[in-house]
Amino acid sequence: MRISLLAGLMVLLTSLAALAQQASAQMALDEPAPMQSLLQEQSAVILKSSRKTIAPAIAAIAGSELPQAQAVLQAWQVKALWMRKSDGLFFRGEKLESKSYRLFDFDSGEVIGEFPKSDLKQIKPNSGIRAMIATALVQFQLSDPDPVRRQEALLAIERAPAAALLAPLRASIETEPDAGIKARKTRIAQLLTIAHDADEARRVETINAMSGDLGLDVRATLNPLVATQLQAFGGAVPEGLNIARAVMPGDDALSRDAAYGLLVGAKLAPPLVSKDEIRTTLAAHIDGGKVGGVPIAQLNTDEARARAYAALVAAEMAPAQITEAEVTQSLNDHIFAEVYHEPSQAITTAAEAALTSIDTQVVIGQTVDLTLDALSLASIYFLAAIGLAITFGVMGVINMAHGEFIMMGAYTGYVVQQVIPNHTVSLLLAVPLAFAVTFAAGVAMERLVIRWLYNRPLETLLATFGISIALQQLAKNIFGTQARPLTAPGWLDGAWIINDVVSISYIRIAIFMLALIFLGVFLFIMRRTRLGLETRAVTQNRAMAGSMGINPERVNMLTFGLGSGIAGIAGVAIGLFAKVTSELGSDYIVQSFMTVVVGGVGNIWGTLAGATMIGFFQKGVEWLNPSNTLAAQTYMILFIIVFIQFRPRGIIALKGRAAGD
Amino acid sequence: MSMLLEVSGVSVSFDGFKAINNLSFAIGPAEMRAIIGPNGAGKTTFMDIVTGKTRPDEGRVIWGERNVSLLGMSEARIAREGVGRKFQKPTVFEDQTVLENLLMALRANRSPFAVMFYRSNRADLDRVEELASEIGLLESLARKSGELSHGQKQWLEIGMLLAQEPRLLLVDEPAAGMTPAEREHTTAILVEAAKTRAVVVVEHDMEFVRRLDCRVTVLHEGAVLAEGSLDHVTANSQVIDVYLGR
Amino acid sequence: MSDSFLKRNPSVLIFLAVLALFVLAVTLLAEGAGAGVISTSFVKTLGKTLCLALVAVAMDLVWGYTGILSLGHFAFFGLGGYMIGMWLMYARTQAIVMSSLAEASIPATESEITDAIGNQIFGVVGSSEFPLIWIFADSLVLQLVLVVAVPGILALVFGWLAFRSRVTGVYLSILTQAMTLGLALYLFQNDSGLRGNNGLSGLQNLPGMDHVPQATLSIWFFWASAAALALGYLFAAWIVSGKFGSVLRGIRDNEARVRFLGYSVEGYKLFIFTVTAIIAGIAGALYYPQAGIINPAEIAPVASIYLAVWVAIGGRGRLYGAVIGAVFVSLVSSWFTGGQAPDVNLGFYTLKWVDWWLIVLGLSFVLVTLFAPRGIGGLVDLWSERRRPDRHGADLGPGAGALREKEASK
Repeated sequence: MRISLLAGLMVLLTSLAALAQQASAQMALDEPAPMQSLLQEQSAVILKSSRKTIAPAIAAIAGSELPQAQAVLQAWQVKALWMRKSDGLFFRGEKLESKSYRLFDFDSGEVIGEFPKSDLKQIKPNSGIRAMIATALVQFQLSDPDPVRRQEALLAIERAPAAALLAPLRASIETEPDAGIKARKTRIAQLLTIAHDADEARRVETINAMSGDLGLDVRATLNPLVATQLQAFGGAVPEGLNIARAVMPGDDALSRDAAYGLLVGAKLAPPLVSKDEIRTTLAAHIDGGKVGGVPIAQLNTDEARARAYAALVAAEMAPAQITEAEVTQSLNDHIFAEVYHEPSQAITTAAEAALTSIDTQVVIGQTVDLTLDALSLASIYFLAAIGLAITFGVMGVINMAHGEFIMMGAYTGYVVQQVIPNHTVSLLLAVPLAFAVTFAAGVAMERLVIRWLYNRPLETLLATFGISIALQQLAKNIFGTQARPLTAPGWLDGAWIINDVVSISYIRIAIFMLALIFLGVFLFIMRRTRLGLETRAVTQNRAMAGSMGINPERVNMLTFGLGSGIAGIAGVAIGLFAKVTSELGSDYIVQSFMTVVVGGVGNIWGTLAGATMIGFFQKGVEWLNPSNTLAAQTYMILFIIVFIQFRPRGIIALKGRAAGD
Repeated sequence: MSMLLEVSGVSVSFDGFKAINNLSFAIGPAEMRAIIGPNGAGKTTFMDIVTGKTRPDEGRVIWGERNVSLLGMSEARIAREGVGRKFQKPTVFEDQTVLENLLMALRANRSPFAVMFYRSNRADLDRVEELASEIGLLESLARKSGELSHGQKQWLEIGMLLAQEPRLLLVDEPAAGMTPAEREHTTAILVEAAKTRAVVVVEHDMEFVRRLDCRVTVLHEGAVLAEGSLDHVTANSQVIDVYLGR
Repeated sequence: MSDSFLKRNPSVLIFLAVLALFVLAVTLLAEGAGAGVISTSFVKTLGKTLCLALVAVAMDLVWGYTGILSLGHFAFFGLGGYMIGMWLMYARTQAIVMSSLAEASIPATESEITDAIGNQIFGVVGSSEFPLIWIFADSLVLQLVLVVAVPGILALVFGWLAFRSRVTGVYLSILTQAMTLGLALYLFQNDSGLRGNNGLSGLQNLPGMDHVPQATLSIWFFWASAAALALGYLFAAWIVSGKFGSVLRGIRDNEARVRFLGYSVEGYKLFIFTVTAIIAGIAGALYYPQAGIINPAEIAPVASIYLAVWVAIGGRGRLYGAVIGAVFVSLVSSWFTGGQAPDVNLGFYTLKWVDWWLIVLGLSFVLVTLFAPRGIGGLVDLWSERRRPDRHGADLGPGAGALREKEASK
């Protein structure tokens, strides 16, 4: 009896609880719960969760002007929107453990309770819907107190500009506290105005205002406005179309074939019968070894095929061929024009004018950019060649292993970086170390090989080539064939961006500075130091210098070491932007020789001029033919061969008897 | 007597230094002439201009009966016109035999194809032997010229010059480094050559010049200072100043 | 006359006799003749080596005798290969296309055949049009003319420009190297019309000779290479034996002096440069059908430097030296890099020849330059006890035409 009583009590309690729940739900509906009721209105669409039909629901929530709207959209976006199956109400769900969720009411923010997953249905928006929600959310985020969120919102607008965002964006500008973000908002609002504002006058005004702007975003906004489509019209052009220009078939812009193809595509003319179709048709109508009365064996010329096909046409077994006269007739009967997608002529005119003015500025900017590029290439060549200018230019020793010294410098940098992880410290250490390593290698080479071969330049060339292949293979054996990274320190990353057209990376600026420093060091050593004086003396008259107490052997050794050491430092610099491989040096050796020869042997200014000329020429050719850097090098070499014709001794030549023959 | 070579108003400068300054000079078809002058007087540069090695900045160099200009011709072309040159330092092809050296110099068609199909014949060999005996190298025809003594090389070069049969011989210090006996021989060869052609000898050694017994041109600072017999020019006070110092 | 020429140059007879013996031995032992001691691929290697010997002879003419260290002769070699390769590839593709089109119900027109061939050949570089330079590709005769003409004309134009402006010595070497690099880079482009870095392939198949096995073909090419080498050697020996050779060596040793003797040095240089370029082109045209494939990497400047290395190791200034150098170094190289050489175990390190051969080659090259400038051929001098003249003054070597020498001797 006690048990039954207890059971009865339980039943009563349960039913009471259920009743209470019912009541609270009822209460929620009764009380002002505007968001819930809004959600209920859109319930069917939300549950269907289809990208095609969802737009009104999102718009309704976003446009409800309820403070809860943002929370709902955010929950929806992250798949935290749940529907309770028992009554169809929507809540935000928070996962507790597996299979169990705590629900929050949107309007009140209060906890409703905990429910097992089986009682609930999760609303899972697909990626398309999520993107639409994100767009809808933007207007809320634009005024978010967190500046990071505001930036994100602006990024979202830039990625997916939409007309609907214009009004909230403009509204948020006034109250924006951050000056930087405000400027960005203003700019994006302007771009949105150009693209989407309903007010045509305002669009034109904004286009004109931005016509001097070099930003890529401006061009990206303006270009769709002037996009055109080639169309063919039978008779007169219909009213109301914004025509860019009329086109005649046979112009550069529109070949006759393309024009006729356009007519065929628009079903304004019958298609041509192609050669392939003729062959297929003929093959389908083989009749006892003949087609249209022509024996198959003769069908190996276009003329015979045309005859056979004509016979088939006459027998009404194939569609007639379109004659050239008919093509001409069709083309004459139609008008071809490029039509703007944008219907408003005022806008297209303004956009064209703005783009023209931007283009002019872009060309100027590109010229500046190209000049910077060429300067940086020139300084790379100069760096690679300056060591050679010393050994080849001053001493007359041709060193084919010069490229391998550059490579050794780069590998030295790599090894130092393996030992010292801090890139700045390792770089500062790598430069003197690379100099020391290659200086030692150069001195060793001079002592062991080159000094026995002075005055025999061709043999020097071959002996140093032997050293070059040995060193290259040695590097391969030690470091393997794959490229090794020589990472620049963080402060050298990135680029100095002047605008969207003109920019230069910091590494290239650093290399340019390094080239200037080298030039200065070289001039200082040659003009202000004892070694320079002795080197010049030995260069000019070895025997005389020897009799004046200068030790030519020592001078040669030091000069050669100096040239090699500079190659090592150049190697570190080159390794920073090129991959360090055993072939690094051989990529630069021919250009280095060219630089020295073109510039004029025995003169550092000549090397500078040579590097500048080669750098500018190569960049110039690349600019004319951007897809093909190989061609640029080919032309450069051709140019050098021709240049040597006119100035066999280089740009800055030694004159008179000092130049020898 | 018409002139074989006429150099008039020639100037040339290297990096601002005037090596030859408004020089004029002429020599007949069969004449011996000695050019003397202190170092830097422009003797070698003068030869360079005549042989086409150096282009003058201004002036004319007129050659032969047809009065053709030598300016603008290549060295090889000028040599084929009949100007032979002997360098100060003996330059013979040391890796080749005396015979090969002389054969190469022997007057003949110089075009590559003619030379390729050339094979030595009796007449040419006779001529070479004649020359070789003249320069005292008959015994050494088969030797590499690199094995010869300094004086022998000088003679070989003179022999090669004669083999070219030039109409004008330019000889730069032929007696340098020779023994007195060798000098005598050299003098004899040159005097003999001057009977049929023009010979210009550049020399420092007054004794040697005196033995040549010919007109002398004195160069100084790229221009002609005096001209005449040796006794005449050595009596000239300017010449004495230049040679003995001011 | 030819009689006396051979008498005066006994080394030519010896060389021809050795070559003949070698050809006979290889023919008898080769797979194609039935003996099978020498594999087909090795016959091809030997044939290729003979072609390399021929281009080395050309290099010796231009460098060893005339003193022009050309770093461009392997480019001419490659160009010859490209010229013959165009015909081989075109004709073979044509045969394939014809047989596949023959199965169609309607016979193909000329332009359809051409289009199909173009598609086959140039599909790999994303094109199907025949570039202009393939205009003669269907004719063996014209393409053979181009084997001679293209390297010849390139050498003529380049040489004329270079020699006219009196570029000599190392400057000329660098300039020829630049030319080679320029050519290689040009060929690397897809729109060069020669299939970019894919190069030409399938060259080992002679069109219309499908019934002949490769073993037999390899012997034919071996014979052809030997004949070309013999002829080239004879021609070179004939050229350098007379006065022409004297002039060439004169140019090498003292260019200015030769000029003052009345010889047009530029003309001689141009002549020898062009003729040797043609010889190199012919050697290449025989080499690449045996190699089967040619691509722009073959033309890289380093190949031409290796050519100079062979000649230097063999002994420049003597024709048999060039042949010995090319044969010796290329065969030894392929032995070491081919993995046949046994590794050397040093206890702490195992020396793999594949990795270390280049280092040995490079260093031995330095040693040869320093200690044995006469190369392997110098051994012949020791053996025949022929003493070289004791030269006076500085030994300026074969590069004496160079500007640097003249400055040096001042």
